[in-house]
Amino acid sequence: MQIQEQLRQFIVNNFLYGQDNAFSNDSSFLENGIIDSTGMLELIAFLEETYGFKVEDEELIPENLDSITNLVAFVAAKKGTSKAAVAQ
Amino acid sequence: MCGIAGIFHKDRDVATDASGVHRMLAAIGHRGPDASGAYIDGPVVLGHARLSIIDLEGGAQPMSTLDGALTITFNGEIFNYVELREDLAARGYQFATRSDTEVILRAYEEYGDECVHRMNGQWAFAIWDKRRKRLFISRDRLGIRPLFYTESNGRFLFASEMKALFADPAVPRKLDLKALAQVFTFWVTLPPRTTFEGVCELPPGHSMSLQDGKVSVTKYWEAQYAAPYEIEDDSRTEQSYSEELWDLLLDATRIRLRADVPVGSYLSGGLDSSATTMMAKKFTDTSVTTFSVAFENPEFDESKFQSEVARHLGTEHHVIRCSSDSIGKDFPKVVWHAEKPLIRTAPVPLFQLSGLVRQHGFKVVLSGEGSDEVLGGYDIFKEAKVRAWWARRPESKLRPMLLRRLYPYMPALQKQSDAALRGFFHAAPEHLDNLFFSHLPRWELTAKLQMLFSADTRAQLGDYNPYDELSASLPADFHRWNAFQKAQYLELKFLMPGYILASQGDRMAMGHSVEIRMPFLDYRVVEFAGRLPVQLKMKVLKEKYLLKKCMAPHLPPSVLRRPKQPYRAPDGESLFSSAARPYVDEALAADRVADDGIFDSKAVGVLASKFAQRRASSIKDNMALVGVLSTQLLQQQYVRQFHDRVGKIEDADSRATAAVHR
Repeated sequence: MQIQEQLRQFIVNNFLYGQDNAFSNDSSFLENGIIDSTGMLELIAFLEETYGFKVEDEELIPENLDSITNLVAFVAAKKGTSKAAVAQ
Repeated sequence: MCGIAGIFHKDRDVATDASGVHRMLAAIGHRGPDASGAYIDGPVVLGHARLSIIDLEGGAQPMSTLDGALTITFNGEIFNYVELREDLAARGYQFATRSDTEVILRAYEEYGDECVHRMNGQWAFAIWDKRRKRLFISRDRLGIRPLFYTESNGRFLFASEMKALFADPAVPRKLDLKALAQVFTFWVTLPPRTTFEGVCELPPGHSMSLQDGKVSVTKYWEAQYAAPYEIEDDSRTEQSYSEELWDLLLDATRIRLRADVPVGSYLSGGLDSSATTMMAKKFTDTSVTTFSVAFENPEFDESKFQSEVARHLGTEHHVIRCSSDSIGKDFPKVVWHAEKPLIRTAPVPLFQLSGLVRQHGFKVVLSGEGSDEVLGGYDIFKEAKVRAWWARRPESKLRPMLLRRLYPYMPALQKQSDAALRGFFHAAPEHLDNLFFSHLPRWELTAKLQMLFSADTRAQLGDYNPYDELSASLPADFHRWNAFQKAQYLELKFLMPGYILASQGDRMAMGHSVEIRMPFLDYRVVEFAGRLPVQLKMKVLKEKYLLKKCMAPHLPPSVLRRPKQPYRAPDGESLFSSAARPYVDEALAADRVADDGIFDSKAVGVLASKFAQRRASSIKDNMALVGVLSTQLLQQQYVRQFHDRVGKIEDADSRATAAVHR
């Protein structure tokens, strides 16, 4: 799961200052304070720069963005290449 | 305004000399550049560094009664000293000077420790009662003036600032990790705890005494809020409340203009300082001089509104323009004065502003500070109301929209989904019962900064929970106040004395030998506001409702209608400006951080590189940077290099040899 690792590494480095406290891939970023609401914009910038798509305003929902698992599915669906998105 | 210091030898009857106290005074010479003096009697040495404001000739300190029975060292002002003096004169007391200092001595003589109840002012003082061999120390109700103390080698030492205590080589200097956990949650330390292990702060509204080897600390005043059923006369009209508030504020301003030097006024462009300036103008025939902070960065700048008010009131107006470079450059000096980790750079422009005041020859300024706490102005109060409203109907689509309306000046917040807002704002039904509901978003976000602590720091903290000390310090009445009153109490009791009045107030003004006076913090205003029905403070979501009503006839409509803009300054942008980079890089260098051991050097490295690459934007990152950097600077200034630094101050301070009387 290359994308999952890449995303996790970004979350850990960017929001937890490199300290991976072993949160699960299903942990809600917002409920667990991993990302604060202003930090969400940094996540979106990362997605757009790294994967080359644009996140639309109506896509700014927790089902897409609020955990590693949700992000992986969202990225896969946006790139239109993965069956994982369907499985979600 | 002044600096005070003293030593009380608990284990012997005779103090040797005053050199220790002079060394303490030299470390806080900025508080009192006009004169200094010391007094020795038996086991006690009292010291005073003076900024002359009232009775320029007669007010020298320490001051003794003619019979020598009582001696005082005093920092602050007793604004009702004229009336107190008349009362005491009627009881047969005679006065040798025109100073407020002598009035405190006589009031203590007449009323004992209870004298503080009769005083209206901002003070920290110590009185040596020679006959009873007793030292009495007191601090004003709201904590406008500071007072710190410690014990070392059988001696009790006290001073206006902690650096004076450390001027004594025997006093250890070590950052208190529990205090750090408190600041990295509440933004402040909870008195008596301070930044440094073994050093205490006398809490606001407290007095203490030392006699026969015993130390006792007593609370003499506490903020009170009336429950709805206690508000006696609910037929009273808004107009009647408004008139009482006007009379109180006008009188609070009038007695704060008592000085033998000219008094200026801060002008932020908002309602509160416009009101104090307008009221000050009613007591003078000449023009009022006003001082404002302007920012180069338009996101923070309010100069348009400031000039409008200055024009309207016809003041002689002065402005200091703050750039990110200048804020970055002055940050280490500000940390030195604040003696506490900071979460924001916002104190820096206020330090620069007091420099401007001093440049224009002023020693005293009025400030509108305190109004938001007392009369219900802060966004945190409004936010708590909206969150509670949402939490009671969590499925509502409409209610969260109000949270976005609250923060029009924060573009990042506008784009958030409802779920993101709910996570950030703690607006779930289960949060409603939390005693600290109003403050959860701020405190929980700030507590994330603790993830930067090193493994060693975490191990030393163990299961320490800063909320325990907070809960333990609450008065019994707290539990019966309503949500709005609880929120007000938390602001008035903790953030205000610990940050607004200290790191942003007294310490920044005294850094340039300037005294600030706050009419909204006259205790009569505070007590009146505590008795008000809460809807007169915030009516639905209209903040400072009664104050606006009260001020409407006297201020331009634009000031009253203008949405409130919180005072902020650029954080990361300033600390990563070219002026700051050399010392910031040094303070955050991996080996430096590892050596100091407080923070995880790798985590700090990640944080710093985010700023260096201009990738950091969140509130949390900005708070983390300011918090870590200020702590690293405290470690450098106070733990590693203190005596080098203070030695230089002493060399420059020729007054260290000033007169001693016995």
